[in-house]
Amino acid sequence: MVDSLISAASVIAAAVAVGFAGLGPGIGQGNAAGQAVEGIARQPEAEGKIRGTLLLSLAFMESLTIYGLVVALSVLFANPFINL
Amino acid sequence: MKKKSVYSFFNFIFFTYCFNQLKILKEKVMSTIFLSKIEVGSHFYINFNENLHLHGETIFVSSLVVIGLSIFLGLATSKLQRIPTNLQSIVEIIYDLVKSISITQMGPSYYSQFLPFVATIFLFVLGSNLSGALIPWKLIEIPSGEFAAPTNDINTTASLAILTSISYFFAGLKIKGIGYFKRYIKPAIFFLPLNIVEDFTKPLSLNFRLFGNVVADELTVTVICSLVPLIIPLPIMMLGLFASSLQALIFATLAAAYIGEVIE
Repeated sequence: MVDSLISAASVIAAAVAVGFAGLGPGIGQGNAAGQAVEGIARQPEAEGKIRGTLLLSLAFMESLTIYGLVVALSVLFANPFINL
Repeated sequence: MKKKSVYSFFNFIFFTYCFNQLKILKEKVMSTIFLSKIEVGSHFYINFNENLHLHGETIFVSSLVVIGLSIFLGLATSKLQRIPTNLQSIVEIIYDLVKSISITQMGPSYYSQFLPFVATIFLFVLGSNLSGALIPWKLIEIPSGEFAAPTNDINTTASLAILTSISYFFAGLKIKGIGYFKRYIKPAIFFLPLNIVEDFTKPLSLNFRLFGNVVADELTVTVICSLVPLIIPLPIMMLGLFASSLQALIFATLAAAYIGEVIE
């Protein structure tokens, strides 16, 4: 009974973790991409440099989502509370 | 009324039968197309004794990567020429990339001491990510777990992250001596606990970033393959290839940045 309760709670926790972890970096990545497009439109010769920096910073923001995914995966597949 | 219920009963039986047949068919098709199931967190354990278990597939693939990288670099740098051959020009591109990362992060006076470390990290992470993406490991069956990128295992990334953290301690102590510990009270004295916590969060975030990205790539590809097995997963695989090489760049950049932060 307790185990099934923990499993149900874990599934909800995984969904919440991934959902909320996707929220912030989504907004951040949108902002960054928009600013980069603005920069390229204003100064088209700097496109290569802007693209490199953009990709690097996008990957950093992506990693925040990945933290949520790691928490969700550990809760789903390697749950520490199920065999206490 | 009764006739109708009998009819619906047969209908139910028929649909259940069809559904079961479809399920069996789907399992057969799945087993022929995929050859192995989705497995998360299962490994091919090699037991030394009761307390020491080795993850066989991770060790095998990572040693394969190390051997492959050694052979490649040895071949490419064995006959250096003024006008580079194909292999030599690839290695020169990699060297230029790693050198530019190190110079921008550590400054021109100290970068040469830590260039080998950054280059090693970059090449190992790149090689292992690409080995998971490019070699069709699913054709080889092992009793439990499956062959994949070694960075798919959290132990590999944890060891890389701990190596990074040891190396920036070493760099600080080597270049600044005992004055290295002034860093902990740098802006003001009450930043001491924050700076100590930062020493633990740096390797933790490096670890989870690499592990999570690689696992996320492989999971996405597997899930999309189980929905639509043909053609549709190809762009996702290309994206995974791109993202995994970007992760190698990011890991190397961050390792260089942590060392540079300490020695400046």
